[in-house]
Amino acid sequence: MGCIYGLVALGFVLIYKATELVNFAQGDLLMLGAFTCYMLVVWYGVGYWLAFVLAVAAVAVFGAVLDATVLRRVIGQPQFALVMLTIGLAAMFRAFASITWGSEIYTLPTPFSAKATRIGGVAVSHEYVSIIVGTVLLCGALYAFFTFTRVGVAMQAASQNQLAAYYMGIPVKRMFSLVWAISAGVAAIAGVLLAPVSLIDINLGFIGLKAFSAAVLGGFGSIPGALVGGVTIGLIELFSGVYLPQGFKDVAAYVVLLLVLAVRPQGMFGTVGRKKV
Amino acid sequence: MRFVFKTSYAQDLGLFRDSVQRNWYVALLAGLLVLPNLVPEYLVDISLVFIYGLCGLSVMVLAGYTGLISLGHAAFLGIGAYAHVYFIHDLGLPWAVSVALAAATAAAAGVLVGLPALRMTGVYLAIATLAFALIIQEVFTRWDHVTGGLKGRPVDKAVIFGVSFAGDVAFYLLCLGFLAGGLWLTANLLRSPTGRAWVAIRDSEIAAQSMGVNLGAYKTLAFAYSAGLMGVAGALFAHKIGFLAPDIFSVLFSIQFLLMVVVGGLGSLHGAVFGAAFVAMLPVLISQARDSVPAWVGAMAAVFGSSASESALLATGRFVKQPGLEPGLFGLILVLFILFEPLGIFGRWMKIKLYFSMFPLYKRATFRRQKAYMRSERLR
Repeated sequence: MGCIYGLVALGFVLIYKATELVNFAQGDLLMLGAFTCYMLVVWYGVGYWLAFVLAVAAVAVFGAVLDATVLRRVIGQPQFALVMLTIGLAAMFRAFASITWGSEIYTLPTPFSAKATRIGGVAVSHEYVSIIVGTVLLCGALYAFFTFTRVGVAMQAASQNQLAAYYMGIPVKRMFSLVWAISAGVAAIAGVLLAPVSLIDINLGFIGLKAFSAAVLGGFGSIPGALVGGVTIGLIELFSGVYLPQGFKDVAAYVVLLLVLAVRPQGMFGTVGRKKV
Repeated sequence: MRFVFKTSYAQDLGLFRDSVQRNWYVALLAGLLVLPNLVPEYLVDISLVFIYGLCGLSVMVLAGYTGLISLGHAAFLGIGAYAHVYFIHDLGLPWAVSVALAAATAAAAGVLVGLPALRMTGVYLAIATLAFALIIQEVFTRWDHVTGGLKGRPVDKAVIFGVSFAGDVAFYLLCLGFLAGGLWLTANLLRSPTGRAWVAIRDSEIAAQSMGVNLGAYKTLAFAYSAGLMGVAGALFAHKIGFLAPDIFSVLFSIQFLLMVVVGGLGSLHGAVFGAAFVAMLPVLISQARDSVPAWVGAMAAVFGSSASESALLATGRFVKQPGLEPGLFGLILVLFILFEPLGIFGRWMKIKLYFSMFPLYKRATFRRQKAYMRSERLR
């Protein structure tokens, strides 16, 4: 569970790092990914792996188109406008999903459903293994992408100073679309991985809120921070569900978040930004 | 174009720009006082506009004037509502005392959030308030003997000094009075040193600090004032809906308040009221459209023959009855406003006014805004 939060948080952090935009629609992109995959597998009978790839590709393309048509217009406006814009988009996605797929709850059959491996006497079901493996692979790939490829470095440059990057010949607009595609793709991967564990319904997007807390906990703009934050939130939920009285499970993560923010306002791994005059 | 020449300090200190403006507001108030006789069937909805107006005012002070984004204002509304109901039903306090105490409770909660929030900016603040709201919602659910838990809690009609405000007209006037009072108080506060300090913090924290504004004190004050207003609104809201349940005060409700100030126009008191009117009346319009739109579409499709008409009627009927349509429509409107009119309804109104007062000389560039491309420029 923590890994899923980490994955979604990763999507948040990616967009934030590259375009300085806090994407409140991330959770809803996750939901769209899960629904698309479900639709392909169950309605059209596509194989799981093919459907996985198709769903991720579809949502990634959707993210890029979204950036090119809507979000590019507000580049350079105050952050508040951007945040509100993504909140509006999230509401639209949710309405779209509820009109297209209805409010029923679906389950996604996968090749690793109902199988378990025993690791050191603890039975671990394959669904959870798939989540953990997926997260680790994806993180490695993204880290390599941002550190070693030209495009990745260009993205980092674009995030630090859009104007300077543009003067250096980096196609900033295309970079942003690409970042949106990647981050939407990551959300879709998280959605598809999560689908067999939790059920698919239109409220799946609310996981975005928890992932958001994870991203903030780790320090916005720090990729390892997002993962650590996600795992921390997942563990807190797990342990508070076991050891604390009922009702604390849902809020324990938020209490911890508030405490951490009160002590370290920039999150665990965040850097302090100070405006120079 | 009309210019106001100020010839005395009293004119500069006055609440209104000139007598013309004052007369317009007096006329508006008079119009609102006779409104119950004109549209009795919409009175309940208009009362809601006034309550939302108070909420909008509260969010406007925080987001529009102090520049602090809160995603948890529904929690303050809930605290106000539950505190009011607790004081009035369980402790049997008089109404006026209870409202004052509810406002104080909400303001205290505001300080509680405001204190750690002092060191946070932007996203961190938004998420901290969101976390607070979610915790408070859970508290509402679990704290059975005060809030009634998931079963909810019925609320009686307001009785103030022995006078019952159960009737629609009486409640309308009560809400109108509170909104007018809130507007007056806020308008006065905003042109006092406190208000100017808030605006200075919004525009540049560092500049404000250098000019001697105590950031911590003024941010906490903004939170407390905003939460207090929300508490009063909560007390009225409790009477309006007549039944409190924890799931009313959800994150979506908080987002609706933000929608209100963005659609109305950030940074203006007019905007808060316009936004409130918009958000409160839109569901009314939608529910009316639900009844009439399928009929129109059917009538239009009737040109192509009766079978097409019937299927069009059914299809649109099914479409507009979707439960998810309303939040989607809210989202769409929000997106359109941010893309095409970032200054909101009030901004549009200003532009129209300026267009006519400067008639052939109006330039679009008057309202063009500076864009910021560098990270350091946007760090606030």
